[in-house]
Amino acid sequence: MSSTLLRTTSALRGALRASRALKTTGALASTGFVRGKATLPDLPYDYGALEPYISGKIMELHHAKHHQTYVNGLNSALDTIAEAEGKGDFTKAASVAPLLNFHGGGHMNHSLFWENLAPASREGGGEPDGALKKAIDSDFGSFDTFRKQMNTALAGIQGSGWAWLVKDKAAGTLNLVTRANQDPVTGPYQPLMGIDAWEHAYYLQYENRKAEYFEAIWNVINWKTVGARFEKS
Amino acid sequence: MSVTTFTLPALPYAYDALEPHISAQIMELHHGKHHQAYVTNLNKALESHVAAIATGDVAAQIALQQAIKFNGGGHINHSLFWKNLAPAGTDETKLEQAKELSAAIERTWGSFNAFKNAFSTALLGLQGSGWGWLTREAGNGAGLRIVMTKDQDPVVGGDVPIFGVDMWEHAYYPQYLNGKAAYVENIWNVINWKTAEDRFLGRSEERTKL
Repeated sequence: MSSTLLRTTSALRGALRASRALKTTGALASTGFVRGKATLPDLPYDYGALEPYISGKIMELHHAKHHQTYVNGLNSALDTIAEAEGKGDFTKAASVAPLLNFHGGGHMNHSLFWENLAPASREGGGEPDGALKKAIDSDFGSFDTFRKQMNTALAGIQGSGWAWLVKDKAAGTLNLVTRANQDPVTGPYQPLMGIDAWEHAYYLQYENRKAEYFEAIWNVINWKTVGARFEKS
Repeated sequence: MSVTTFTLPALPYAYDALEPHISAQIMELHHGKHHQAYVTNLNKALESHVAAIATGDVAAQIALQQAIKFNGGGHINHSLFWKNLAPAGTDETKLEQAKELSAAIERTWGSFNAFKNAFSTALLGLQGSGWGWLTREAGNGAGLRIVMTKDQDPVVGGDVPIFGVDMWEHAYYPQYLNGKAAYVENIWNVINWKTAEDRFLGRSEERTKL
């Protein structure tokens, strides 16, 4: 049992707390209890651990500033909803929906992202094995084809957003999807691996050369985590 | 059928002319790389579009719509943006250059400061990439409005964009990092009010002639 796994657990707890808060806010608010707050999960590695592929400065800003802002925004949106609900002001509660989607999505997406990355000197890079490898080969033809399609999807995002390897819950097959801004992957898809295509994820190091970032990030994909998500889903 | 080829317009000032509010590094990347990419990809998309029209391939024409909108919008938006900025301290950045426009702003928002606050709040509320614009509407009493457009969607139709502020992260990140509120605060020092007045009064043809 490594410290990675322990920290993974704590990060997952953070995400779980957030999703539980989403589900139970109403019930708790109406009985006057204080709900759990979403919190920033620890990174399972140091800020500099993904260098030279993602700089320590990017990781620090991305985790400590950007992700923290989503956590704060999510808590603030949930507070507003609980307060509005307490007053029976459902119009006000509904008006917060875009903020809940944006900040809740930002929190979910980044929590998943940190965990599906790892230093190249540890679990990062290489190719998936086991059941995930078989599924990728069967659904995309080969790992290389999948990788190319994912990079094409990333390059095609117009504005801010994410690309994800997902599992179709009903069919059990793998798919590639993109999401605008911080829209989370929900509904019929289980997110397995995400790549952040917001400019803040690469600009300080790669500037406008985003294709180089999309190439480099494959060196730090944590296939162990992605494989475990696939097998659990 | 021939196709117009667009080119990157020259900046009306040097890359470092907007410092310290917008760094030379940002301006050089933003103009020399980002804007150039929109121009290059717009030309490619239009060339394919002309070919698709020539062969009567309607499906291909439809498939190109989004590339034309994104890259054409990127070209329009940046062309407008460069001209509605000017080095801080020059005559162009003085609000008195926009007498008619500032009177209309005061009529609409009560005071210039109220407008500035409303515009800044709208800019900071944008989720993802996009732009904030002060526009004069075609209908609706030709009133002034603050309009946010996502990604590179341009202000088109009869509405007149008076000035725009780019809220893509590439517009501020190397200098301001995640501190976009400071970028929004500082951009007011480099708004070209002379250009804004010309656009408000319809003295500018730049929207249709890039």
